[in-house]
Amino acid sequence: MPDILTLTDVSRSFGALKVTDGVSFSVPKGQALGIIGPNGAGKSTLFNLITGNILPDAGSITLMGRDVTRLPARARVRMGVGRSFQIPQPFEGLTVFENLAVAASFGQNRSEAAVTADCVAILRDCELLHRANTFAGALSLLDRKRLELARAMATGPELLLLDEIAGGLTEGECQALIATIKGLHAKGTTIIWIEHVLHALTAVVERLLVLDFGRVIGLGEPEAIMASREVREIYLGIEV
Amino acid sequence: MQPTVTTRTRAGTLTGLFALLLIAAGLALPAFASRSLIQDLFFILTMLTLAQLWNLLAGYGGLVSVGQQAFVGIGAYAMFAGVILWGMDPVLAIPLGGLAALALAIPTAFFAFRLAGAYFAIGTWVIAEVTRLLVAQWKTLGGGTGTSLPREATSNIIGVETIRALFDVREAAARDILAYWLALALAVLTIAAIYALLRNRLGLALAAVRDNAEAANSVGIDAGRIRWAVFLIAAAMTGLVGALIYVQTARISPDAAFSVTDWTAYVIFIVVIGGIGRIEGPILGVLVFYALQTLLADYGAWYLLTLGLIAIAVMLFAPRGLWGLISDRTGLQLFPVQRRLTGISFKGGQT
Repeated sequence: MPDILTLTDVSRSFGALKVTDGVSFSVPKGQALGIIGPNGAGKSTLFNLITGNILPDAGSITLMGRDVTRLPARARVRMGVGRSFQIPQPFEGLTVFENLAVAASFGQNRSEAAVTADCVAILRDCELLHRANTFAGALSLLDRKRLELARAMATGPELLLLDEIAGGLTEGECQALIATIKGLHAKGTTIIWIEHVLHALTAVVERLLVLDFGRVIGLGEPEAIMASREVREIYLGIEV
Repeated sequence: MQPTVTTRTRAGTLTGLFALLLIAAGLALPAFASRSLIQDLFFILTMLTLAQLWNLLAGYGGLVSVGQQAFVGIGAYAMFAGVILWGMDPVLAIPLGGLAALALAIPTAFFAFRLAGAYFAIGTWVIAEVTRLLVAQWKTLGGGTGTSLPREATSNIIGVETIRALFDVREAAARDILAYWLALALAVLTIAAIYALLRNRLGLALAAVRDNAEAANSVGIDAGRIRWAVFLIAAAMTGLVGALIYVQTARISPDAAFSVTDWTAYVIFIVVIGGIGRIEGPILGVLVFYALQTLLADYGAWYLLTLGLIAIAVMLFAPRGLWGLISDRTGLQLFPVQRRLTGISFKGGQT
């Protein structure tokens, strides 16, 4: 499979702090990649660099063969990059359906009428159909997380970035979310997923990338990564 | 059954029919009404239009401007300039007000959009004050003391002769009727345009930007461009209203035309007590404001104190305004914009 995303020596500093330090990796189309690392490792910054919310100081980002390093976030959405936020950020004054309709209409530049059927299908996949006409501000945490996922899907992404979407959920809720994400991945969507809930992550992803102090310290199959001495010491705090 | 999206409600349809009747009655009113009622309705309609425009800015666009008096003032002065400098008919010079306000809004937005929240509010106020001070230097239009529309201009306003003949009234009353009709047209046009905008996908985008600009950008909405568009549209329309108000008064001064109390504080009061972020809010708010003004106008400072206390009470106990209270209790939406998904089935029910 061709690579959908390639980062080459990407670096970004905030003042004297280097948050992303020479990061390079590729994601083949259709793959699910998990990203783990301690708090402050630069995981969310890496997402912001991929989505274009912030621009790198050095290095290049290629999306579907096109250099997008300086391209604004909106243009990357239209190219097929969808994202969810670590803290759900629904449009609270709009209903669940309207949250999806606005994302689908602007993310894919189609009329409202043309996206209705797609939005209904996504709501059904994300188990939110029964909440379609509920204001987003009135949703439970699980449904807010589902809405984050559904709204990102509504933009029609080839590449879906999920930021700690399982955090704060009960085990039962987490399993329901895993099933939903597995379903989306099975339909061919490429996924990059930042997560601390490791069993959720390893249930879906085919590869794991480990970040520490902005650097990639491990990339490979989940079993191999989790067995790595360096990862266990840094991430899991286990003395080996 | 195919899933369909609708915004239509029975209350909305009835409102549409009632609005048509109201507009027809409003057009015919000068045949029966006294001159003072026409003048009062002119005041209500112009304040309603200003309030709808501020509601569009703050309630839908999240842009809490305290400097809208800049556009009222510059619109009024542009109309005066058209009449005094170029000999235009005052009514035909009204569009100059919209253009001048649009021209002023571009640099205003350029600077003010670098600020957010309270800083944006204060920034717009400062720009309005600077504009007032600059206009006060314009000696041809009366400088700091102001000026009046020349007699020859006010006595030959287009359409006034026809109105005089039609209603058998004096020239001054005919001018009031013409101004009232124009105010009615501007109010209807503004409300219809805002309603159409909110029912369009741009309305959804506007709500998304208001609720969360970062998330709006992440779904492909250009939040910056939407804010620019709303600010420029509101400014141009506010300029038209400013020009119309001063066609009716025929006398201008920088302090009056750029008054933060008259054109922004009262307008914010109307929107806040009526209900921000709803078209119904300013309509209810302007009626309450007019009633309070009529009842309390003779009490000077007590009038303003009462307005302030009422505004504080509403903000504390009914943050979504009087219309918010009514709407929460009854579910009533006279101008429905919410898209409802119907005709879908899911486990456990149907909607």
